[in-house]
Amino acid sequence: MSITFRLAWRNIWRQPRRTWLTVGALVFSNILLIFLISVQLGTYLMMIDNTLAPLTGHLQVQYEGYKDDQRIHQAVPAVRGLAADIRERLSLETIAARGAAFALTSSEDRTYGVQIIGVEPEFEPRISTLPGLIKEGRFLDDINAPEIVIGAVLARNLRVQLGDELTILGSARDGSFAATVVRIVGIFESGMVELDRSFAEIPLGFFQDTFVMDGAGHTVVINAQNLFSVSTLQQQVQALLPDMEGLVVHDWDDLQPGLRQAIQADLLGAWFMYGVLVILVAFSVLNTQLMSVLERTREFGITMSLGLTSGRLGWLIMLETAMIGLLGLGLGVFLGGLVVYWFTVNGFTYPGLELAAQFNLPDRIYPNLNSISLLVGPCIVFLASLVAAVYPAARVHFLQPVQAMRAA
Amino acid sequence: MYAVRCIDVRKIYKQGDEDVIGLNGVSIEVEEGGFVCLRSPSGGGKTTLLNVMGGLDRPDSGEIWIAGKRIDNLSKAPLARMRLHRIGFVFQAYNLIPVLTARENVEFVMQVQGVSVVDRKKRSLEILSEVGLEGLEDRRPAKMSGGQQQRVAVARAIASNPAIVLADEPTANLDSNTARHLMELFVELNQHRGTTFVIATHDQMVMSYARRLIRMLDGKLVEDIDQEAV
Repeated sequence: MSITFRLAWRNIWRQPRRTWLTVGALVFSNILLIFLISVQLGTYLMMIDNTLAPLTGHLQVQYEGYKDDQRIHQAVPAVRGLAADIRERLSLETIAARGAAFALTSSEDRTYGVQIIGVEPEFEPRISTLPGLIKEGRFLDDINAPEIVIGAVLARNLRVQLGDELTILGSARDGSFAATVVRIVGIFESGMVELDRSFAEIPLGFFQDTFVMDGAGHTVVINAQNLFSVSTLQQQVQALLPDMEGLVVHDWDDLQPGLRQAIQADLLGAWFMYGVLVILVAFSVLNTQLMSVLERTREFGITMSLGLTSGRLGWLIMLETAMIGLLGLGLGVFLGGLVVYWFTVNGFTYPGLELAAQFNLPDRIYPNLNSISLLVGPCIVFLASLVAAVYPAARVHFLQPVQAMRAA
Repeated sequence: MYAVRCIDVRKIYKQGDEDVIGLNGVSIEVEEGGFVCLRSPSGGGKTTLLNVMGGLDRPDSGEIWIAGKRIDNLSKAPLARMRLHRIGFVFQAYNLIPVLTARENVEFVMQVQGVSVVDRKKRSLEILSEVGLEGLEDRRPAKMSGGQQQRVAVARAIASNPAIVLADEPTANLDSNTARHLMELFVELNQHRGTTFVIATHDQMVMSYARRLIRMLDGKLVEDIDQEAV
């Protein structure tokens, strides 16, 4: 180890209590940042999952243009076969085909417009939480049966209950009237009023017959193992699609653009708070290094008389700061990693979160510990420490040997 | 060739609203291998003269030459290089770096000079042995006596093989016996290495070792005695 390094290392331990206090502030802020960023990422993942889980999924294969203009004739041909093919070739079970149409549903007394979703009863529970939200009755179990599950709000609006019949009236794909009668076999309650009021699910085979889809549907919904593998999966699915049929694969970000915007807005607010924390810690480093420089002014004068340039002394200050910063970084990442790891395994909850379980959603928050949540905060604190040391280093840079040696 | 040459050097300090004359037209030449003492009462200008000779302070006018190179017009970095390679300083208060051992204090200057690790370790041990500190190389200044610390300071000053060593009251904090040993060391280094010494002092004992004694008063040279001739 060079003498400069030894000198810098020993210099920071001239006032061990002060150094430990500064390192302690760095460690504390690093632990806090790791925890907060991990919780924030974990919450976003949960929020994305919760938003996507009922209907959207991570990926959807659609006919090009269907996302922005949902017309019944913009359909995916042989949709069940396509879903089965992708399932088989990717060895992934979380894939299901759907069809969708707007229709009027009528009970004896009332009529409401709803979105009718045709689903594969066997595969839908693997990609959607909606089948798990049935509060009365059961989910669909036969792909060709004239059955329907509706939301609790729609049931209330239509004044119907389990076992009642509903009339569906809409436009078929070929322009004819689509009209049928279905029996209510299940009523779901998602906690999302819009979903509970205006969605209904029927078996996909029955949907295709009713709306004259000729085997077509509108989406193949795919769930990845986790959000981080969505991009790779999207490329794999795109590669499997037939070339000439105008099919595209949209990821959740395309399908729910508001979700990313909400996360970005939240991130902005959070980073403002983190910024304040980092600035406070930087001031602590500035205070320590400035005190250290003021105490050693005379010594700096001596070393300058020996021939050291003021620039080199400035670098010595930066090196000392880097050592303090690295200590804070190392200890902070280690301790912060341990603490957050415990929470990633055990999770945590807070009053009110238990209600989520009623809607088939997780009732514990699990921080997401990864290289970003572990290192971004501490690295920013480290860089801020170095920036904070520029002023004390610059003070040294402008010292004159004789004046410095006269300092008390 | 002169180790140091000052030509009509003037320096005025501001003290509040008052101008204080530090140096008032000082011209002096010290030949290579010289052993010179500067004496003056306090405020007579000897420390100021050492500072401008060593490039620690700039004169208001006049010229300073060290080993044939003019230094009063050098900018900060070249001046620092000149101090690093050509000038050694010994101060009254030793001024060692407290967190480095005796050997590291000596090595530090050599490291800045770019001397290799092996060479500087070897040379620092040799120099410390030369100043009588064998066995104390790994002690920190706080664990050494004043005399030992001053010897480390001397070792540090000569580590770069300077053309000239400027010593400002080097014995002021030492007892008479230790001071005498230090002066004997200076003489030995002067004779064996040919290092030029310019020592500012008011200690008669120190002056007795000088071959040339220069008296200053109010920033002027008032007497220049060749003690060998006397």
